[in-house]
Amino acid sequence: MSYLRRSPWILHYDGSSCNGCDIEVLACLTPLYDVERFGVVNTGNPKHADILLVTGSVNERNIEIIQNLHRQMPDPKVVVAVGACAVSGGIFARAYNVQGGIDQVIPVDVYAPGCAARPETIIDAVIAGIGVLERKRKVSA
Amino acid sequence: MTPALLVLVFVVLGPVLGGLLAGADRIVSARMQGRVGPPLLQPFYDVGKLFQKRVRRVNPVAEPLLIGHVVFMALAGVLVIGGGDLIFAMFVLALAALFLVLAAGSADSPYSNVGAERELVVLLASEPFFILMMAAICKVTGESTFSGVMDSPVRVAVELPGALLAFLFVITIKLRKSPFDISTTHHHPHQELVRGLTSDLSGRQLGWVELAHWYECALLAVFVVLFFNWSAPLGILAFVVAYGLEVLVDNSTSRAKWQLVLRSAWAVTLVLAGGNLLALYVVGV
Repeated sequence: MSYLRRSPWILHYDGSSCNGCDIEVLACLTPLYDVERFGVVNTGNPKHADILLVTGSVNERNIEIIQNLHRQMPDPKVVVAVGACAVSGGIFARAYNVQGGIDQVIPVDVYAPGCAARPETIIDAVIAGIGVLERKRKVSA
Repeated sequence: MTPALLVLVFVVLGPVLGGLLAGADRIVSARMQGRVGPPLLQPFYDVGKLFQKRVRRVNPVAEPLLIGHVVFMALAGVLVIGGGDLIFAMFVLALAALFLVLAAGSADSPYSNVGAERELVVLLASEPFFILMMAAICKVTGESTFSGVMDSPVRVAVELPGALLAFLFVITIKLRKSPFDISTTHHHPHQELVRGLTSDLSGRQLGWVELAHWYECALLAVFVVLFFNWSAPLGILAFVVAYGLEVLVDNSTSRAKWQLVLRSAWAVTLVLAGGNLLALYVVGV
């Protein structure tokens, strides 16, 4: 039996988000959505995390930080890009310092679109991420 | 029950009790915040998952130290239940806690190191009381083993109400509850130290820490039963009430500075437990 499915711990990283998506991510923890029902915990520590939730696009200053956080997470792990900016760069895609979506620097498993992404979309993306997590565990085992 | 059977029950059912307590804790905390909360068995799912994850080893010594942490925590319980000397078991308990400090201190992460330093402060605040408490229990009953105290005609809680109140205060520290969760936290994202002691532990390494914590919770329940030595069910009821109070305190206070933790723990335990002993043996109430 796999326990990964029942206990996805999340690390939330704000790339260069306008904070719209970040507020929606935090909304998932509030009584209205209460993702802890599914065992989701916001860890704040890459070494404890299973799912990396990134909001905002990648710019020159945070490439290394995102890659470093991703490296520190123990396998199996999943990356979820939350919001238009994290998915593709959004309206900032052509700004001089923006590289584009998160998939420019680390492999992304699930894309959650929206500006800002709705809490329902984020929860759906995390649930989809759990499926990917499970497949990755089977491949590595 | 024979001591051997009791020991087996503790080794097997101790973590089960600790895990169920942690699960109930998370549900009650969630309800206090207007949420539904995770399933009762969530802590078991979490630890099960941790043992399925790969480990990011930061150095070769952390894991043996953590296994030592679990083994000595269980051994402290086994010594208490199995008829070992109660005060000696308290030293084993302190040793178990020290293994965790060493494991956290062995990592290079500043969060982990600050967590280790603060855990030492926490030990300094709580450990002297445990020895004082056990000495007091042994003194009033004239016994030094678990079965001896349980069979003693002296009602410990009646003789040592001050020590019992001080124990309630100290388990806030031992259960890592706010306002005394200065060295690490379990499920509240206190970002200041990331996760303190456990910052650099991943996968099953963190699983060992959780397992040891469950043994510790079970051991604390055994201590409450020692206070209510004339009726074990009453002791278990008292522990449940005490744990409920801890959850309430946890959800209604913010983290304190380490100075406050140290000073208040020493002041409260010295006045309540020390005063209790003075009243018994010097004043002769």
